[in-house]
Amino acid sequence: MRNVLAIAGKELRGYFASPIGYVLVGFYALLFGWFFYTLVAFFERQSMQMMAGQGGSLNVNQMLVTPLLMNATVIMLLVFPLITMRTYAEEKRSGTIELLLTSPITDLEIILGKFLGALALFAAMLAVTLVHMAVLFMFGTPEWKPIATGYLGLLLMGGSFLSLGLFISSLTRNQIVAGMITFSVFLLLWVINWVSTFVGPTAQTILNYLSITEHFDDFAKGIIDTKHVVYYLSFIAMGLFLTMKSVDSERWRG
Amino acid sequence: MIEVDHLSKRYGPFTAVDDVSFRVESGQILGFLGPNGAGKTTTMRIITGYMPATSGKATVAGYDVFEQPLEAKRRTGYLPETPPLYPDMTVREYLTFVAKIKGLRSHIKDRVGEVMKRTWVADMADRHCAKLSKGYKQRVGLAQAIIHNPDVLVLDEPTAGLDPKQIIETRQLIRELAGTHTIIISTHILPEVAQTCQRVVIINKGRVVAVDSPENLTHRLQGAATVVVQTDGPASEAEAALRHVQGVTGVTRSEPQGPLATFEVDTEKGVDVRRELAAAIVTRGWGLTELRPMRMSLEDIFLSVITDESAVASPAAATEQEVANA
Repeated sequence: MRNVLAIAGKELRGYFASPIGYVLVGFYALLFGWFFYTLVAFFERQSMQMMAGQGGSLNVNQMLVTPLLMNATVIMLLVFPLITMRTYAEEKRSGTIELLLTSPITDLEIILGKFLGALALFAAMLAVTLVHMAVLFMFGTPEWKPIATGYLGLLLMGGSFLSLGLFISSLTRNQIVAGMITFSVFLLLWVINWVSTFVGPTAQTILNYLSITEHFDDFAKGIIDTKHVVYYLSFIAMGLFLTMKSVDSERWRG
Repeated sequence: MIEVDHLSKRYGPFTAVDDVSFRVESGQILGFLGPNGAGKTTTMRIITGYMPATSGKATVAGYDVFEQPLEAKRRTGYLPETPPLYPDMTVREYLTFVAKIKGLRSHIKDRVGEVMKRTWVADMADRHCAKLSKGYKQRVGLAQAIIHNPDVLVLDEPTAGLDPKQIIETRQLIRELAGTHTIIISTHILPEVAQTCQRVVIINKGRVVAVDSPENLTHRLQGAATVVVQTDGPASEAEAALRHVQGVTGVTRSEPQGPLATFEVDTEKGVDVRRELAAAIVTRGWGLTELRPMRMSLEDIFLSVITDESAVASPAAATEQEVANA
């Protein structure tokens, strides 16, 4: 565990020793802030109309938080390839992989360390967005539970993307190649169920199950369904497992 | 301390390392010599556990590098060809990180300070690795290799890219380390081997072609001696006179420089004909301006050892078999 933390710490320091970490956190906050602003503005106009009409009020969670978190996942799609593309590719290019692989640590420790480091960066990105949620609590009375499950969902979905990105990065020493492949695979997993209406019922179920966004909906609505938790956790486990196999096979091939 | 036993590494049809065996005793420095692409780096990578061998085995301090990799790696320090530095870290941060992943649990700060002093990088402690000069990078790489005080050090071309002063300092440091560590250094710079190593393994095209001490290697491969003779006498007559001396097997005239004629006289093994050569010149009334035995340098040995078939006829190559079998 100490080794895992040492690697994770190195990764995290790596992000913030260069502009990468600040740019990622900063621009994530900027985009999230923009989505937040547009949704709040929209929400405000809607509630004005409602009040002018029959009175009553709108649900902040349903009208604002859920779509906001859905939007946040879109940013993830675009930003995560940038986080993971360098994790292994860069170590291979600069030769530091030789240091890691000849140190008394296991491949699994290295991979977990890298995964946790990237996840911690994502957590930092999410932490900044809590400011917006605080604003909601200051001026309104949203329910905190759907927000909490939404963030949990984001972390799980983020973890899935990161583990897959880590695997793709371990396949190449070229960062651009790693980045492009990662983005394409993410996007495919994103839209894989778009065809579900045209295919048979069995294929539809399968495709819907594979879609990485499908499993997020319930989290955003405030529901923690074991089915979705299992999906994300097994996705993460598979990504890390594949990374391990890839690193091991790289070893044999030299 | 290090045992390499019939090690082979193949990449598809290409054989990078072919049945390499050698051992290094505790506290020794072994020089790993060979032209670029001979398989030095591959062998070192197998010993350090970076990659597995196709067949054969390697043990470090009694631990098989493949069966018990963690135990073996704990006892091995490795400086790859390019020092594995993280450009965004300062030297201190970097060495602290390496200390942690090498398994150091306490007194990390003291150890990092100590190692930085030892490798003369303390004045750059808070500079980013990316901004270091080549010489400093190399020394930080060395610091990284010794931070966990390993029994075995594997250094892949530790002096590559250093300036002459740094080379001397680095060799000095390696010699100092030899007492408490067992060291393998690879190089294609021959004087380095002569100056730092007790044993030499010459490797070419993945195969070991010679194992011995630098002195023995020089001695054994000496074979027939060559004597350089310079005279102010007429060149062709002098050549004929030298040829007639008993024990001379061949005379070659060197490129003339000025009025003097210079010859390289090859003689039979174990026969000292310098006295006779001198007499042959002087009794004819010519001046003998130079007479010296030409010692075979390590460069010559190296070249003759790695130049295969074409050199079989040469006396040096004839003894090569002997050395390889020894």
